[in-house]
Amino acid sequence: MKKFLKKYITAFIMVPIFLLQACDLDETQEVVTKNNLVWADEFDQDGAPNPQNWNFEIGDGTEQGIPGWGNNELQYYTDRPENVKVENGVLVITAREESFQGSNYTSARLVTRGLFEKQYGRFEARIKVPYGKGYWPAFWMLGVPETAEEEWPQIGEIDIMENVGDEPTIAFGSMHGPGYSGGESISKEFELDGDRFDTSFHIFGIEWSPNRINYYIDDKLYQSLTPEDVDEETDGEGVWVFNDRPSYIILNVAVGGNLPGNPNAETIFPQSMVVDYVRVYE
Amino acid sequence: MVHTIKHTQILGLLLLILMTVSCERDISEDAVPATFPTTAEVYTDNPVGLTDEFFISFDPAGGANPEAFGTDDNEAYLGSSSIRIDVPAPNDPNGNFVGGIFKDRGDGRNLTGYDALTFWVKGSLTGSLEAGFGTDFEIDEFPVSAFIDLATDWRKVIIPIPDPSRLVQEKGMFLFAAGSFDVLGDDNPDVATSFDDNVGYTIWIDEIRFEKLGTLGQGQPKIFNGVDETLETFSGSTIQTTGISYTANLPSGMNQSVQLSTNYFTFSSSNPNVATVTDTGEITVLTSGEATITATVGNLSADGSLQITTTGDFENAPDPTLPESDVLSIYSDFYSVIDGLDVGAFNNDGINIEAQTFNGNELIEYQNLGFVGIGWNDTVDVSGFTHIHLDVQRLTSGSNFIVELLDYGPDGIDNGFGDGSAGGFNATSQMIDEEWVGLDIPLNSFTLPTGAGGAGNPNLNNIGNIILVSNSGAFLIDNVYFY
Repeated sequence: MKKFLKKYITAFIMVPIFLLQACDLDETQEVVTKNNLVWADEFDQDGAPNPQNWNFEIGDGTEQGIPGWGNNELQYYTDRPENVKVENGVLVITAREESFQGSNYTSARLVTRGLFEKQYGRFEARIKVPYGKGYWPAFWMLGVPETAEEEWPQIGEIDIMENVGDEPTIAFGSMHGPGYSGGESISKEFELDGDRFDTSFHIFGIEWSPNRINYYIDDKLYQSLTPEDVDEETDGEGVWVFNDRPSYIILNVAVGGNLPGNPNAETIFPQSMVVDYVRVYE
Repeated sequence: MVHTIKHTQILGLLLLILMTVSCERDISEDAVPATFPTTAEVYTDNPVGLTDEFFISFDPAGGANPEAFGTDDNEAYLGSSSIRIDVPAPNDPNGNFVGGIFKDRGDGRNLTGYDALTFWVKGSLTGSLEAGFGTDFEIDEFPVSAFIDLATDWRKVIIPIPDPSRLVQEKGMFLFAAGSFDVLGDDNPDVATSFDDNVGYTIWIDEIRFEKLGTLGQGQPKIFNGVDETLETFSGSTIQTTGISYTANLPSGMNQSVQLSTNYFTFSSSNPNVATVTDTGEITVLTSGEATITATVGNLSADGSLQITTTGDFENAPDPTLPESDVLSIYSDFYSVIDGLDVGAFNNDGINIEAQTFNGNELIEYQNLGFVGIGWNDTVDVSGFTHIHLDVQRLTSGSNFIVELLDYGPDGIDNGFGDGSAGGFNATSQMIDEEWVGLDIPLNSFTLPTGAGGAGNPNLNNIGNIILVSNSGAFLIDNVYFY
């Protein structure tokens, strides 16, 4: 979800074709196979998020060289309790409409970078998202650069959960790498039957193994991606970069920009993404 | 289209209950409250479980066109048939709008397991339709409706049920109403002829049913339009809760608002000693103090509230003492009210005119008063009287208060100062804030020129209006009469 999403629509037209050709999921395949818990934050201690687990990325992306975080997003990320806190057993990331440091919205973006970085495993979180045009909550991972020169998308991006607030029954999982990034990412939507992502908690996860990433929501496996899929999707141009390095976890709520569109008059602020836990298994 | 209750069915039900109870001395512990059928379908290719004439029109005397309703075997979203509504043009002799209800043929249905009424609809034009449920033309206890914009292809409509637990025995299965299509977008309810250029068109409706979708969320009831309002008032006053609505977010991400009965709401007062509120949202202020009125629908708190500050007992103006035979009364509960009284015959933009009742006595409140004409049928000849009386209470400190008399002249028509005349009297110096002042103005004291151009000293034979003038002040007015 990091950058260059202008061809987003094209990507979504291509995805179903790809799936028909390449993603005949085995009905008997188990949703998860990794059950040995190796890292977790249950968000049981009220206050600021545990600094042993989470760092903050502050600002509007300018400092990182990508103003609007590469997507014309409208929010300024802070580590203030107004935007991020742990209370009543959950992590609450709150997007607010307020004038702050030249932006009209504030929110928060938490990363485990430098604190918890891991290659392979089962990464899952139990999350409830906000609703309304312009909200763009996400639970995702970026690869750790080995040198200062290494940049996205070479480092690889795994989007475990993204949602846009005006599609309350739909979430999507994606991967970005060289030859399939931004609007050309490999992605699939999952639509809930008889439920919504903003009114109840759901579990979003991946199982990441050498040469395979499985995406699941609750007990449903809905996407399984391999190097062969990347080959087919990109006519052999794309490179599977997910055997290369560990990744870190990111939780954030973006507001506006290329993907969700900007908030409208009916969008209610403030609202929060609520995270019950993040767990990592081997 | 008059519906008659099926007495035989009710008798049958009573018999059944009687038999069941008479079998045992005590009610069995297995007994559960009677429940009604949960049938979801209302119309598929045929009406489902509806009365024989399943469409019951609104009253044709009110303009409803009962001929405009039918079914169509050539159009259907699903299956072989749909409901066809030929929305009449404004000049249709059978009535200029179409609407009515579908009613359950039995004793009602238990809809507590559903969260929406859904149907498919399309129009021959992109008009609009009011649709809903809960109206049965008997008790109309839980009506809900929404305005739906039509497309020229089939679209699914979702009407959220605000609190399904209320609908344990609902007979009102469907309601719709539609009027002619405003081609030029120039309809103005205040100008009857603005509807003349509208056209009739056709609406098809299919697959009407109640559903448990599970994909509706963020239900939000509102009272007072979702605003936290404040009101300073006196004990004895009554206020109706207004601005009620309910909005839910649809699976498409769109917000759908509905109109709904106050019966879905549970109202409460933070201090029932100061103000009480009935099941229908009528607030009665009892004594001095503070109370806040809030409401819930099911377990959802409504946005909006009314914080009432009561300053104490309201004192009405003193009753007049003259016998009625000695006065010409314009406005008073003590005397009769003049024929055709209009307390806002003409006025400035932005004025607020309200009749209020305290302890059974009505008075008029003007807020943001620039000017207002009090009028009545024809004109009155007051040349035989010497004074005009008004009881006035100024609510905004220091505001001006001027009384003018407008005489229409011998032609009895308000057509300027050819034969008409007008004059004013400035009573500002007599005003006392928040206290009644009895003004007794000699009729030969209206010497000032008027805002509309009267020269002063009006004739008294054909008085058509009493005009009150201020600089945006607020006033209470009672007991206006000549003597």
